[in-house]
Amino acid sequence: MTTAIATTHPSQSWLLLVLRLRTFVALILVLAYFSVMAPNFLTAANAVIVSKHVALNAFLAIGMTFVIITGGIDLSVGSIVGLCAMVAGWLVLNGVDTGLGWTVWFNTWEIVGITLLVGIAVGFINGLLITRLNVAPFIATLGTLYIARGAALLSSDGRTFPNLGGTEEFGTASFPFIGSGSVLGLPVMIWLLVGVALGAHYVSRRTPLGRHIYAVGGNERGAALSGVKVDRVKLFVYMFSGFCAGLVGIIIASQLQAAHPATGETFELNAIAAAVLGGTSMSGGRGRIFGTIIGAFVIGILGDGLIMMGVSSFWQTVIKGVVIVLAVVIDQAQSRLQARVALAQEAAASR
Amino acid sequence: MTAEAGGHPIGLSIRGGVKVYPGTRALKGVDFDLRMGAVNVLVGENGAGKSTLMKVIAGVESLTEGRIEMAGREVHFRSKADAVKAGIGIVFQELNLFPNLTVAENIFIGHEPVRGGVDIDQTAQARATAALMARLEQDIAPETPLDHLRVGQQQIVEIAKALSQDARILILDEPTSALSAAEVEVLFRVIAELKSQGVGIVYISHRLEELIRVGDYITVLRDGEITGSRPMAGVDIPWIVRAMIGGKTKEFPRTQAAAFGDEVFRAEDVTLPRAGGGYAVDHVSLSVRKGEIVGLYGLMGAGRTEFLECVMAQHPGSGGRMVVDGTPLTERDVAGRIARGIALIPEDRKRDGLVQIMAIRENLTLSSLGLFTRAMHLDLKAEAAKAMEFVKRLTIKIASPENPVSSLSGGNQQKVVIGKALMTSPKILLMDEPSRGIDIGAKAEVFRTMRELAAQGLGILFVTSDLDEVMALSDRILVMANGRISGEYPSGTDAATVIAAATPHIRKDQAA
Repeated sequence: MTTAIATTHPSQSWLLLVLRLRTFVALILVLAYFSVMAPNFLTAANAVIVSKHVALNAFLAIGMTFVIITGGIDLSVGSIVGLCAMVAGWLVLNGVDTGLGWTVWFNTWEIVGITLLVGIAVGFINGLLITRLNVAPFIATLGTLYIARGAALLSSDGRTFPNLGGTEEFGTASFPFIGSGSVLGLPVMIWLLVGVALGAHYVSRRTPLGRHIYAVGGNERGAALSGVKVDRVKLFVYMFSGFCAGLVGIIIASQLQAAHPATGETFELNAIAAAVLGGTSMSGGRGRIFGTIIGAFVIGILGDGLIMMGVSSFWQTVIKGVVIVLAVVIDQAQSRLQARVALAQEAAASR
Repeated sequence: MTAEAGGHPIGLSIRGGVKVYPGTRALKGVDFDLRMGAVNVLVGENGAGKSTLMKVIAGVESLTEGRIEMAGREVHFRSKADAVKAGIGIVFQELNLFPNLTVAENIFIGHEPVRGGVDIDQTAQARATAALMARLEQDIAPETPLDHLRVGQQQIVEIAKALSQDARILILDEPTSALSAAEVEVLFRVIAELKSQGVGIVYISHRLEELIRVGDYITVLRDGEITGSRPMAGVDIPWIVRAMIGGKTKEFPRTQAAAFGDEVFRAEDVTLPRAGGGYAVDHVSLSVRKGEIVGLYGLMGAGRTEFLECVMAQHPGSGGRMVVDGTPLTERDVAGRIARGIALIPEDRKRDGLVQIMAIRENLTLSSLGLFTRAMHLDLKAEAAKAMEFVKRLTIKIASPENPVSSLSGGNQQKVVIGKALMTSPKILLMDEPSRGIDIGAKAEVFRTMRELAAQGLGILFVTSDLDEVMALSDRILVMANGRISGEYPSGTDAATVIAAATPHIRKDQAA
């Protein structure tokens, strides 16, 4: 390994910096482009609308990022969104019939808690299938994708739960606030996103758990032999992904004041796209929460901007695909360059 | 060059073979004759150049200098396919088979008999496979899935694969390392059969008795040079050992006088059942004292690595008792055992020791993150400081601790693995082939580090298949064969005794 060039060219390190920040660069390019091309794009009102669109995908993408860093995949998040929306809708509308002639009604906080627990529970099942029964993550979560979707459809016989406005009587009048309320001029869901994102970033960078997530994805055997409890780490990431999906389910039900069992179909693909666009490696071990969020913004802004420019939605789909593929190609180039620079540095140091 | 000895014509010869890898000369002017219709035995220590020589013959590597001749003409093998065309087949130590395919499919992989260029002629393939199996006296149906076969039978399939390409020269690299005694007998019959058909066989093994029994000619390699080459008649084990390790041993002198403390680790009756009966680790009991370096010598498949894995809680099915510092070891997971003061430096750095894409710092601290954590919060400054402390202490040469560990040389990577283990403040250090894949300078440094650690009171149990290493470094030598401890010797024991104890299948007196 002494064939690498001994010194790093300035142009090389500059290129590396640009490549490292590529998602950010892409975001700025997309923003600039639409600011010029679509007159109403760069307004505060539009920024809030776009953020709300992006936020839903960003929640899922954060959960997905952890899963992908461990080397797994979670296809079930879209279905968990649907299931959790239905659970929340059911609790607001019907309460829980105890079968003893009376019904238990929950207030908004309790509904949020129960719904999130449902999301976490589905993630827990994913984790158990993957760690205890050795089912491949793709298959395990494909299974729960169908099961959760089926359960959502069964809960209402395929109908929509309408009018989830809530009542003062049961303490659910605040339910719509989650999806459509604002605090200090920003939508509640944006505050929630900021909270979840900061939390996830903190976990990934400043806790042993986060380090273990990266280690499991980088080399599962090596991590296990270093004393990392691989199964627990995997359980956590799938449960956290389920938590994020549950949150999205609640937000959507609250925003629309209605819950439809088909909510969240194909959301998992958008979440994967955002994570990959943000630099998460599908082979595991690499990825950043902020990268993912920027990735989600690029996808969201691309979609909304193209709509405002009046581009056909069919073309939008094509463009989205091109951007994702391009992102991965650039990602490969960056990791090769980065490895070369590091090799050159180390070769120089060991001389 | 056409000299015939004992009626065995020379099928292939190498003259002045030199192979240079970056940093090392693996072959230093080797002359080698391969005789047809005979078993040409090749023996030498790990790293002596046996595998390189065979790779050159099989076209996997090409010579830096020198030439290969077949039937008096110089030949050039640019790839394995060239060598196959010239009638050379090789069976590697690690089997290159597809467990999900059938025996016939495995044998004809890459050269399937086809009709019209696409359609595999299943009947012809099955017929040819059946014929090969008959030639090798095996009762294996062509459509048997490979993973239904025992390892020994799989080895036969590898040989059949080589023969199916009309191999006139067959190289067998440690063919018996994974075989049972009965399977070895079958293999030897097959070899005798092939010999009588005029096939020239190169046979590499560490099992000296086996070599003497099966070989017709012997060639001994040491440090890339041939130190002995003659017909097998009259060769005995002491002759081979002398040629293998020479007069002098490599120097890793002890700097401090040995002062051993109390027993720090004891294993009693550790067992690991082997799939298909028997034990991979067969009631192994041993103990290590503070400040003592115990060398665990043995051949591949002797159960040394498996024993270390049992200690590190890698095999849920293992039995036996272990004691650390006088207290029984009851923890059932790796984290618990690390916490009790056991640290393992695995044999395969890439696969088990490191997370290649993570930074050097992150690898160093991976087992000891608890040191820098207060209520979930990781103190990155303290972590970086600790990492740098170990980088200095072990003199790991790095440009930045934030570079991925994959950018380091083998020796420095090994030091990172050692650093990771040491950061957990172990009482007993288990090292599996600590010098594998690192250059001679780094080796010496690793050994010096081991000495220092022992002097500081650490108990070290290290596994090696390098005789020099075990002789020079150990305060006490344990030998394993067939999953059992087959001998225990003080440092300074005669090398031949140790080798004899390591040779399985033959009952040795269970020494001292």
